[in-house]
Amino acid sequence: MPVIPKFVGERIKRREDPRLVSGTGTYVDDVKLVGMVSAMILRSPYPHAKIISIDVGKARAADGVVAVLTGEDLRGKIGSVPCVAPAERVPFHPVLALGKVRFVGEPVAVVVASNPYKAQDALDLLDVDYDPLDAVVDPEKAFDKDAPVIHEEFGTNLCMRSEVPNPQVDEAMRKADKVIKFRLVNQRLAPAPMEPRGVVAQWHPGLKQLTLWSSTQIPHLLRSQLAEMLKLGENHIRVIAPEVGGGFGCKLNVYPEEALVAYLAMTLNRPVKWIERRRENLAATTHGRDQITYLEVAAKKDGEVLGVKASFVCDMGAYLHLLTPAIPGFSGLMMTGCYKIPALAFEQKFAFTNKMSTDAYRGAGRPEAAYIAERVMDMVASEFGLDPADVRRKNFIPKEAFPAPTAGGLVYDSGDYNLALDKALAMVEYKKMRAEQEAARKQGRLIGIGISSYVEICGIGPSALLPPKLKGGGWESATVRIEPDSKVTVLTGISPHGQGQETTFAQLVADAFGIDIDDVVVVHGDTAQVQYGIGTFGSRGTTVGGPALMLTVQKLQDKMKKIASTMMEVPPDQLIFTERTIAMASDPSRSIPLQQVVDAAYGYKMPIPGVEPGLEEKTFYEPSACTFPFGTHVAVVEVDPETGVVKFLKYVAVDDCGKIISPLLVDGQVHGGIAQGIAQALYEEVVYDENGQLVTASLMDYAVPKADMLPHFDCANTITPSPVNMLGVKGVGEAGTIGSTPCAVNAVLDALKPFGIRHLDMPLKPEKIWNALRNAKKA
Amino acid sequence: MFPAPFEYHRAGSVKEALSMLRQFGDDAKLLAGGHSLVPMMKMRLATPAHLIDIGSVRELSGIREEGGKIVIGAATTHAQVETSDLVRRKLGLLAECAALIGDVQVRNRGTLGGSLAHADPAADYPAAVLALDGEVSLESESGARTVKADDFFIDLMTTAAQPGEIVTAVRFTPPAPAAGYAYLKHRQPASGFALVGIAALVTLDGKGNFQSVRVGVTGLCAKAFRAKAVESALAGKGRDAIAQAAAHVTDGADALSDIHASSEFRSELARVYTRRALEQALARAKS
Ligand SMILES: Cc1cc2nc3c(=O)[nH]c(=O)nc-3n(C[C@H](O)[C@H](O)[C@H](O)COP(=O)(O)OP(=O)(O)OC[C@H]3O[C@@H](n4cnc5c(N)ncnc54)[C@H](O)[C@@H]3O)c2cc1C
Repeated sequence: MPVIPKFVGERIKRREDPRLVSGTGTYVDDVKLVGMVSAMILRSPYPHAKIISIDVGKARAADGVVAVLTGEDLRGKIGSVPCVAPAERVPFHPVLALGKVRFVGEPVAVVVASNPYKAQDALDLLDVDYDPLDAVVDPEKAFDKDAPVIHEEFGTNLCMRSEVPNPQVDEAMRKADKVIKFRLVNQRLAPAPMEPRGVVAQWHPGLKQLTLWSSTQIPHLLRSQLAEMLKLGENHIRVIAPEVGGGFGCKLNVYPEEALVAYLAMTLNRPVKWIERRRENLAATTHGRDQITYLEVAAKKDGEVLGVKASFVCDMGAYLHLLTPAIPGFSGLMMTGCYKIPALAFEQKFAFTNKMSTDAYRGAGRPEAAYIAERVMDMVASEFGLDPADVRRKNFIPKEAFPAPTAGGLVYDSGDYNLALDKALAMVEYKKMRAEQEAARKQGRLIGIGISSYVEICGIGPSALLPPKLKGGGWESATVRIEPDSKVTVLTGISPHGQGQETTFAQLVADAFGIDIDDVVVVHGDTAQVQYGIGTFGSRGTTVGGPALMLTVQKLQDKMKKIASTMMEVPPDQLIFTERTIAMASDPSRSIPLQQVVDAAYGYKMPIPGVEPGLEEKTFYEPSACTFPFGTHVAVVEVDPETGVVKFLKYVAVDDCGKIISPLLVDGQVHGGIAQGIAQALYEEVVYDENGQLVTASLMDYAVPKADMLPHFDCANTITPSPVNMLGVKGVGEAGTIGSTPCAVNAVLDALKPFGIRHLDMPLKPEKIWNALRNAKKA
Repeated sequence: MFPAPFEYHRAGSVKEALSMLRQFGDDAKLLAGGHSLVPMMKMRLATPAHLIDIGSVRELSGIREEGGKIVIGAATTHAQVETSDLVRRKLGLLAECAALIGDVQVRNRGTLGGSLAHADPAADYPAAVLALDGEVSLESESGARTVKADDFFIDLMTTAAQPGEIVTAVRFTPPAPAAGYAYLKHRQPASGFALVGIAALVTLDGKGNFQSVRVGVTGLCAKAFRAKAVESALAGKGRDAIAQAAAHVTDGADALSDIHASSEFRSELARVYTRRALEQALARAKS
């Protein structure tokens, strides 16, 4: 018998990749059903306009057209697109615009036709008469007296104002050697997943059952929300998230098209498909970030930060999506980063604007927070002429302080921030690079070194921390079934879409039962197969889904040990799983094949007292607390003084996500994260012009990073297990994004320091840098 | 991203393509690599009723030497140009330029003739073809003619090619083996096209001074052009003159402006890249 290897901790390749890279995966657009018709959506070309009339006559009469519907046709038929996060003012969010359009890309009408070509032809025949209105584009101007009001019923564009006051902050300001004031912008970004959204809906009239395929991160939560919008029982809806080609938070949502396509399938009694086009994706899939922060930092000459006061303006867009107003909270709460800053106070104003809604985007609030914290550290360093690494060390929460309560009211689980910083600095040869930087400066070369020591929050729980209106909580579920042939089926409540849990979960299960990884199948993303689950977002898949899985595995192990115990006449607590057997820990030669135990459980010819037949267990795991991954990224860049072009000379990332199940997957998550984080720092920006037109409406203008725009990533880890879960894991899905943005920005600004350039807002495009240099030289 | 209805025709020869062009008139568009036309059709910015595919017309494809000239068929792909031994040896500038167009997929489909005929203001090839003094061969049912690159680009997406005419080839007289060249490009970060692209081709006299200089510019203005002011400022001069001469690249230029670069910044990029391209060309040239 070949020895079965151990899998946890090994650099094994993702088991999902062969089908994905060979084109044999099934994405929504691969779902083809008999009699299926295509839906296509007419979208508003205006940021803000009254709809005077819509002439659907020509479109309805066009060849191949099955149906044409407008907002009026749906009045009272489909509920509001939901927002579950608390806000003072929550507007009704229609599936198709009613009376007015409020952003470019808002759905106005839908055409259903025999195929997408006919649908597009008919779309071109729709005639909408708009009366354009002035638009609110700049969130800081949304509260002006003469600003147009987007939702008349509120009489204001203020969605909400929230405040976390702290009188100690004022004292910190008094004690400070200097109060440093500045303004930061976390610009609006488009998540731009490789696969846009898509929905297929099928209605079984006899069963009154709806099956909906959607490219979503949250099949169960989507089912709950759809049930409400469509007034159907949850047990009459099956949601399937097939392969999902990237979500990054934008598919942690419920969209008008999901309800609309379902409604069309139900009323037309035919399967309906809608596949989002790239231009729609950029205009009408939630955006991320878009927060402006005014900061006051109380600091001592030695670099100690005594307090931070912040005032945010956060752009909600025109409507509130599922979690829109919940995102900026994290930016505030996590703003003190890895630092023992004793006093924090902040105020946040949430503005309605004539733009697409913002919502979660990879990091969701934490990249903004890390950007603030890490710019604060560099500002303090440069104010007092200190080394930015020293300023970080000065302010780090020491490793003895964990679990560490923070000024934001959180409790960090575990951390060793110096360890990650030291490792990253060693990898980049910090001292040597500083010397090279000095020498290069003398030759007129602009080299910069940027550090970012980030901490973030993952696996958010217990459930009370989540919005009260959210159908689910912070928990996660798992079912594990040992089949009669001793193969293992895992049903996980998370819905991975690139994170790779078909691999990591199989690694865990294989090792636990002493079986091969190929004996394990991980099923997810189908509400008809899998028990209710929450989904994959916020780096929670392994952090919360992992313990749910392993608790279930333990239940099964206990049951199997009980059975084996009666068969072997060895007490259960002396048994272990190894090499497809259950064996005595002290003498593994005394063993019984796993299959015999499975046979006993399923065959049940000899009933075992207190043990039911079958081998299937289930767990709903409620986490006791959040986890806080951390790390340090260091970048060395060179800025071309003539063109403002930034070139990376080195990029080092040391990430600590607690225990590592799959090193290759951790690297993969970090690589992708860094790519998106650097893109925020240097390239990406959703641009609306001053009238509210979307300028970055295609990938010809929205600068998603390409491989040749990114440096080589030198990745490493430190391992500080989390005490809050049995796996010691912390989450790594967003870490790269969170660590990299401030790192890249700090590096560029460090390069520009000799010119007295204190700060530039992202993205640090060549022209911006060139302009800053030019102005500095003039001055 | 679904084009309006159209009829697809595959031409077997230039003659057949020309007769189809006559037959379908304004309703027809030639289809080469489809990498500019098809995206426009998908967005319904172009809605031709007939597509005449010239991609498999044998006589339009391939690279050959003919009476001391190098002739590149219009339907030759960027990848073929980039990797052709002949082009690399004798028209290094063109190979260098082709290698910087788009990505591998684009270079495997897009064609030289298509790129020139499309005349996108940010396309790469026009700069190199101008610097190399290429001649565009055109054919219509009433005959063939040749237009020098200098006269080919008229305006934004407008060329000297008339309705009913097909670009059949581009002819180049290879520069002297001692000539130096460089194509430098500042990529627009989203599209990868040239925010500014500068092609420089220089020869030196016995003293190492510039004997001839040709500079092609793309991306800066609505159409690609030759920077004649730069060229004449360098005649007979040496390395020291480059910086000053390069600044003339924007003389009289009506620079484009968009979210990726203001006209001011584009102009600055043009000046810097012109200087660098000339420096690099000079370094590669032998006297
Ligand atoms: C993702 C992407 C990235 C790109 N990046 C770049 C880049 O970095 N730099 C760059 O320069 N280009 C770039 N391109 C454009 C690419 O090089 C195109 O292939 C090229 O510009 C057009 O060539 P084509 O053969 O594809 O022409 P087509 O798209 O087939 O045709 C373009 C136009 O020219 C006409 N036409 C074609 N052939 C002839 C002919 N022989 N005679 C007369 N008219 C003709 C057609 O009727 C049409 O109007 C990119 C394209 C894509 C899709």
